[in-house]
Amino acid sequence: MSFSVENFFNKLQTDDIIFSYKGDISSDVINYVLDSVEKKTEELNDPSKTRKKVYNVLVESLQNLYHHVDVVPKDFEDQSSARFGLIVIHRNDKGYLITAGNFISVRKIAELKEKIVKINNSSPEEIKELYKHILHHQEISDKGGGGLGLVDIARKTGNRLEYEFIEYDAKYFFFTLIIKIDSIKVLKSKSLK
Amino acid sequence: MEPIVIEGTPKTPTVRFDANEGVFMLEGRSIPENSVEFYKPLVDWLDNYKESPLEKTVVEVKLEYFNTSSSKCILDVFKKFEVIHKAKNAVEVKWYYEEDDEDMLEAGEDYESIIRIPFEMIEIVE
Repeated sequence: MSFSVENFFNKLQTDDIIFSYKGDISSDVINYVLDSVEKKTEELNDPSKTRKKVYNVLVESLQNLYHHVDVVPKDFEDQSSARFGLIVIHRNDKGYLITAGNFISVRKIAELKEKIVKINNSSPEEIKELYKHILHHQEISDKGGGGLGLVDIARKTGNRLEYEFIEYDAKYFFFTLIIKIDSIKVLKSKSLK
Repeated sequence: MEPIVIEGTPKTPTVRFDANEGVFMLEGRSIPENSVEFYKPLVDWLDNYKESPLEKTVVEVKLEYFNTSSSKCILDVFKKFEVIHKAKNAVEVKWYYEEDDEDMLEAGEDYESIIRIPFEMIEIVE
Protein backbone atom coordinates (compact mmCIF):
# COMPACT_ATOMS: atom_id res chain seq x y z
CA MET A 1 0.00 0.00 0.00
CA SER A 2 1.31 3.41 -0.85
CA PHE A 3 1.81 6.24 1.61
CA SER A 4 -1.38 7.96 2.75
CA VAL A 5 -1.22 11.65 3.70
CA GLU A 6 -4.57 11.24 5.45
CA ASN A 7 -3.23 8.50 7.74
CA PHE A 8 -0.03 10.39 8.36
CA PHE A 9 -2.00 13.53 9.30
CA ASN A 10 -4.42 11.58 11.51
CA LYS A 11 -1.60 9.93 13.41
CA LEU A 12 -0.25 13.35 14.31
CA GLN A 13 -3.51 14.27 16.09
CA THR A 14 -2.32 13.54 19.62
CA ASP A 15 -3.24 15.16 22.94
CA ASP A 16 -0.44 17.70 22.92
CA ILE A 17 -1.47 19.21 19.58
CA ILE A 18 -2.17 22.94 19.54
CA PHE A 19 -2.74 23.49 15.84
CA SER A 20 -3.12 21.51 12.65
CA TYR A 21 -3.97 22.26 9.07
CA LYS A 22 -3.74 20.51 5.75
CA GLY A 23 -4.75 21.87 2.39
CA ASP A 24 -3.89 24.77 0.16
CA ILE A 25 -1.08 26.99 1.45
CA SER A 26 -2.19 30.36 0.10
CA SER A 27 -1.19 33.77 1.37
CA ASP A 28 -4.53 34.03 3.21
CA VAL A 29 -4.02 30.62 4.82
CA ILE A 30 -0.58 31.72 6.02
CA ASN A 31 -2.17 34.79 7.64
CA TYR A 32 -4.77 32.61 9.28
CA VAL A 33 -2.24 30.09 10.63
CA LEU A 34 0.09 32.79 11.97
CA ASP A 35 -2.77 34.65 13.60
CA SER A 36 -4.24 31.53 15.23
CA VAL A 37 -0.92 30.26 16.53
CA GLU A 38 0.13 33.67 17.81
CA LYS A 39 -3.09 33.92 19.82
CA LYS A 40 -2.67 30.38 21.07
CA THR A 41 0.90 30.90 22.29
CA GLU A 42 -0.22 34.06 24.08
CA GLU A 43 -3.04 32.17 25.80
CA LEU A 44 -0.56 29.50 26.85
CA ASN A 45 1.52 32.21 28.51
CA ASP A 46 4.83 31.11 27.07
CA PRO A 47 7.75 33.53 27.55
CA SER A 48 7.95 36.10 24.74
CA LYS A 49 11.31 34.67 23.70
CA THR A 50 9.74 31.28 22.99
CA ARG A 51 6.69 32.80 21.30
CA LYS A 52 8.90 34.84 18.99
CA LYS A 53 10.97 31.83 18.01
CA VAL A 54 7.81 29.83 17.28
CA TYR A 55 6.42 32.68 15.19
CA ASN A 56 9.63 33.17 13.23
CA VAL A 57 10.08 29.48 12.54
CA LEU A 58 6.45 29.13 11.55
CA VAL A 59 6.72 32.02 9.06
CA GLU A 60 9.70 30.36 7.41
CA SER A 61 8.11 26.89 7.36
CA LEU A 62 4.88 28.20 5.81
CA GLN A 63 6.65 30.34 3.27
CA ASN A 64 8.93 27.45 2.34
CA LEU A 65 5.75 25.54 1.55
CA TYR A 66 4.26 28.52 -0.27
CA HIS A 67 7.29 29.01 -2.50
CA HIS A 68 8.54 25.49 -3.04
CA VAL A 69 5.79 22.87 -3.05
CA ASP A 70 5.30 20.81 -6.16
CA VAL A 71 1.92 20.16 -7.77
CA VAL A 72 0.27 17.16 -6.18
CA PRO A 73 0.34 13.69 -7.76
CA LYS A 74 -2.53 13.06 -10.21
CA ASP A 75 -4.17 10.39 -8.04
CA PHE A 76 -3.99 12.44 -4.81
CA GLU A 77 -7.32 13.07 -3.08
CA ASP A 78 -6.96 16.84 -2.91
CA GLN A 79 -6.62 18.15 -6.47
CA SER A 80 -8.05 21.59 -5.71
CA SER A 81 -5.09 22.89 -3.72
CA ALA A 82 -2.65 24.81 -5.87
CA ARG A 83 -0.04 24.42 -3.15
CA PHE A 84 -0.79 21.45 -0.96
CA GLY A 85 0.92 21.25 2.37
CA LEU A 86 0.33 20.34 5.98
CA ILE A 87 1.41 21.97 9.19
CA VAL A 88 0.97 20.49 12.66
CA ILE A 89 2.16 21.99 15.93
CA HIS A 90 2.65 20.09 19.17
CA ARG A 91 3.59 21.57 22.49
CA ASN A 92 4.71 19.82 25.66
CA ASP A 93 6.94 20.68 28.62
CA LYS A 94 10.07 20.29 26.49
CA GLY A 95 8.92 22.85 23.96
CA TYR A 96 7.32 22.99 20.55
CA LEU A 97 7.41 20.59 17.60
CA ILE A 98 6.43 21.96 14.22
CA THR A 99 5.81 19.35 11.52
CA ALA A 100 5.56 20.52 7.92
CA GLY A 101 4.80 18.19 5.03
CA ASN A 102 4.56 18.47 1.27
CA PHE A 103 4.99 16.53 -1.94
CA ILE A 104 8.31 16.76 -3.67
CA SER A 105 9.17 15.44 -7.10
CA VAL A 106 11.88 12.80 -7.10
CA ARG A 107 14.34 14.89 -9.09
CA LYS A 108 14.44 17.64 -6.43
CA ILE A 109 15.18 15.37 -3.47
CA ALA A 110 18.97 15.21 -3.78
CA GLU A 111 19.38 19.00 -3.74
CA LEU A 112 17.12 19.51 -0.73
CA LYS A 113 18.71 16.66 1.16
CA GLU A 114 22.16 18.05 0.51
CA LYS A 115 21.11 21.43 1.95
CA ILE A 116 19.70 19.85 5.10
CA VAL A 117 22.68 17.55 5.64
CA LYS A 118 25.04 20.49 5.28
CA ILE A 119 23.10 22.46 7.89
CA ASN A 120 22.90 19.49 10.26
CA ASN A 121 26.64 18.92 10.03
CA SER A 122 27.41 22.52 10.90
CA SER A 123 28.16 24.00 14.30
CA PRO A 124 26.07 27.00 15.48
CA GLU A 125 28.97 29.28 14.55
CA GLU A 126 29.16 27.76 11.06
CA ILE A 127 25.40 28.12 10.62
CA LYS A 128 25.65 31.80 11.50
CA GLU A 129 28.42 32.26 8.92
CA LEU A 130 26.45 30.28 6.34
CA TYR A 131 23.44 32.53 6.92
CA LYS A 132 25.52 35.65 6.46
CA HIS A 133 27.18 34.23 3.38
CA ILE A 134 23.89 33.42 1.67
CA LEU A 135 22.42 36.76 2.74
CA HIS A 136 25.36 38.65 1.33
CA HIS A 137 26.13 36.74 -1.82
CA GLN A 138 22.99 35.29 -3.30
CA GLU A 139 20.61 37.06 -5.57
CA ILE A 140 17.08 37.70 -4.39
CA SER A 141 14.39 35.88 -6.27
CA ASP A 142 10.63 35.95 -5.91
CA LYS A 143 10.98 32.60 -4.19
CA GLY A 144 13.19 33.86 -1.41
CA GLY A 145 16.73 32.76 -1.50
CA GLY A 146 18.97 29.77 -1.63
CA GLY A 147 17.58 27.85 1.31
CA LEU A 148 18.06 30.77 3.68
CA GLY A 149 14.79 29.76 5.35
CA LEU A 150 16.14 26.40 6.49
CA VAL A 151 19.39 27.95 7.69
CA ASP A 152 17.40 30.55 9.63
CA ILE A 153 15.25 27.84 11.24
CA ALA A 154 18.34 25.89 12.32
CA ARG A 155 19.98 29.04 13.62
CA LYS A 156 17.01 30.28 15.62
CA THR A 157 16.19 26.90 17.16
CA GLY A 158 19.76 25.71 17.70
CA ASN A 159 18.51 22.22 16.85
CA ARG A 160 19.13 19.82 14.00
CA LEU A 161 16.48 19.60 11.31
CA GLU A 162 14.70 16.27 11.46
CA TYR A 163 13.36 15.14 8.13
CA GLU A 164 12.08 12.23 6.12
CA PHE A 165 11.40 11.52 2.47
CA ILE A 166 8.61 8.97 2.20
CA GLU A 167 8.02 7.28 -1.13
CA TYR A 168 4.60 7.98 -2.65
CA ASP A 169 4.97 6.71 -6.21
CA ALA A 170 7.58 6.61 -8.96
CA LYS A 171 7.51 10.39 -9.41
CA TYR A 172 6.77 11.72 -5.94
CA PHE A 173 7.91 11.51 -2.35
CA PHE A 174 6.29 13.12 0.66
CA PHE A 175 8.76 15.34 2.49
CA THR A 176 8.33 15.97 6.20
CA LEU A 177 10.34 18.41 8.25
CA ILE A 178 10.17 18.33 12.02
CA ILE A 179 11.41 21.42 13.82
CA LYS A 180 12.09 21.43 17.55
CA ILE A 181 11.92 24.64 19.55
CA ASP A 182 13.14 24.08 23.09
CA SER A 183 11.30 25.56 26.03
CA ILE A 184 13.30 28.04 28.11
CA LYS A 185 13.74 25.32 30.74
CA VAL A 186 15.33 22.94 28.24
CA LEU A 187 17.46 25.77 26.83
CA LYS A 188 18.79 26.59 30.29
CA SER A 189 19.66 22.99 31.09
CA LYS A 190 21.48 22.73 27.74
CA SER A 191 23.56 25.82 28.44
CA LEU A 192 24.62 24.39 31.80
CA LYS A 193 26.15 21.35 30.12
CA MET B 1 11.82 65.25 -2.82
CA GLU B 2 8.45 63.66 -2.10
CA PRO B 3 8.55 61.60 1.07
CA ILE B 4 7.59 57.95 1.00
CA VAL B 5 5.04 57.00 3.62
CA ILE B 6 3.59 53.50 3.88
CA GLU B 7 1.16 52.41 6.58
CA GLY B 8 2.01 49.13 8.25
CA THR B 9 -0.04 45.95 7.83
CA PRO B 10 0.18 42.65 9.76
CA LYS B 11 2.74 41.51 7.18
CA THR B 12 4.51 44.67 6.09
CA PRO B 13 6.21 47.42 8.08
CA THR B 14 5.38 51.08 8.50
CA VAL B 15 7.82 53.03 6.40
CA ARG B 16 8.63 56.70 6.42
CA PHE B 17 11.49 58.12 4.37
CA ASP B 18 11.25 61.89 4.55
CA ALA B 19 14.25 63.97 3.57
CA ASN B 20 12.52 67.25 4.51
CA GLU B 21 11.91 66.12 8.07
CA GLY B 22 15.08 64.03 8.26
CA VAL B 23 13.14 60.88 9.15
CA PHE B 24 14.12 57.45 7.86
CA MET B 25 12.15 54.78 9.63
CA LEU B 26 11.17 51.15 9.22
CA GLU B 27 8.94 49.72 11.94
CA GLY B 28 6.79 46.66 12.63
CA ARG B 29 6.62 43.30 10.89
CA SER B 30 8.15 42.45 7.58
CA ILE B 31 6.95 38.98 6.61
CA PRO B 32 5.34 39.25 3.16
CA GLU B 33 5.52 36.36 0.70
CA ASN B 34 6.87 38.70 -1.96
CA SER B 35 9.29 41.05 -0.29
CA VAL B 36 10.86 42.27 -3.50
CA GLU B 37 7.56 43.81 -4.55
CA PHE B 38 7.30 45.69 -1.24
CA TYR B 39 10.89 46.93 -1.07
CA LYS B 40 11.43 47.91 -4.70
CA PRO B 41 9.87 51.40 -4.29
CA LEU B 42 12.03 52.04 -1.22
CA VAL B 43 15.21 51.09 -3.03
CA ASP B 44 14.19 53.26 -6.00
CA TRP B 45 13.44 56.20 -3.68
CA LEU B 46 16.88 55.85 -2.08
CA ASP B 47 18.48 55.82 -5.52
CA ASN B 48 17.12 59.33 -5.98
CA TYR B 49 17.86 60.42 -2.43
CA LYS B 50 21.52 59.46 -2.70
CA GLU B 51 22.02 62.14 -5.37
CA SER B 52 21.50 64.90 -2.80
CA PRO B 53 21.35 63.45 0.71
CA LEU B 54 21.20 65.32 3.99
CA GLU B 55 24.45 66.07 5.78
CA LYS B 56 23.46 63.45 8.29
CA THR B 57 21.03 60.58 7.73
CA VAL B 58 19.82 58.64 10.75
CA VAL B 59 18.00 55.40 9.91
CA GLU B 60 15.77 53.95 12.59
CA VAL B 61 14.87 50.27 12.32
CA LYS B 62 12.38 48.89 14.83
CA LEU B 63 11.35 45.50 13.55
CA GLU B 64 9.44 42.97 15.57
CA TYR B 65 9.71 40.17 13.02
CA PHE B 66 11.17 39.81 9.58
CA ASN B 67 11.34 36.81 7.29
CA THR B 68 14.34 35.63 5.30
CA SER B 69 13.04 37.03 2.03
CA SER B 70 12.80 40.47 3.67
CA SER B 71 16.29 40.06 5.09
CA LYS B 72 17.78 40.31 1.61
CA CYS B 73 15.65 43.31 0.73
CA ILE B 74 16.61 45.06 3.97
CA LEU B 75 20.23 44.44 3.04
CA ASP B 76 19.55 46.13 -0.30
CA VAL B 77 18.11 49.13 1.53
CA PHE B 78 21.19 49.33 3.75
CA LYS B 79 23.42 49.06 0.68
CA LYS B 80 21.88 52.25 -0.65
CA PHE B 81 22.63 54.02 2.63
CA GLU B 82 26.15 52.62 2.46
CA VAL B 83 26.68 54.34 -0.89
CA ILE B 84 25.62 57.61 0.72
CA HIS B 85 28.04 57.00 3.57
CA LYS B 86 30.88 56.18 1.17
CA ALA B 87 30.30 59.51 -0.56
CA LYS B 88 31.39 61.18 2.69
CA ASN B 89 27.97 61.88 4.16
CA ALA B 90 27.18 60.97 7.75
CA VAL B 91 24.90 57.93 8.03
CA GLU B 92 23.96 56.07 11.16
CA VAL B 93 21.64 53.13 11.79
CA LYS B 94 19.78 52.83 15.05
CA TRP B 95 18.77 49.18 15.33
CA TYR B 96 16.12 48.62 18.00
CA TYR B 97 15.36 45.24 19.56
CA GLU B 98 13.03 44.23 22.33
CA GLU B 99 14.41 43.20 25.68
CA ASP B 100 15.55 39.54 25.58
CA ASP B 101 15.16 39.30 21.83
CA GLU B 102 18.67 38.04 21.16
CA ASP B 103 17.68 36.87 17.69
CA MET B 104 16.82 40.43 16.66
CA LEU B 105 20.02 41.76 18.21
CA GLU B 106 22.02 39.15 16.30
CA ALA B 107 20.22 40.05 13.09
CA GLY B 108 21.32 43.66 13.59
CA GLU B 109 24.87 42.50 14.21
CA ASP B 110 24.78 40.51 10.96
CA TYR B 111 24.01 43.68 9.03
CA GLU B 112 26.57 45.64 10.99
CA SER B 113 29.24 43.13 9.92
CA ILE B 114 28.25 43.28 6.23
CA ILE B 115 27.46 46.96 5.79
CA ARG B 116 30.04 49.67 6.38
CA ILE B 117 27.88 52.11 8.30
CA PRO B 118 28.01 52.75 12.06
CA PHE B 119 25.25 50.87 13.89
CA GLU B 120 23.89 51.58 17.31
CA MET B 121 22.07 48.69 19.00
CA ILE B 122 19.29 49.93 21.23
CA GLU B 123 17.39 47.67 23.59
CA ILE B 124 13.75 48.57 24.13
CA VAL B 125 12.97 47.91 27.78
CA GLU B 126 9.28 47.39 28.50
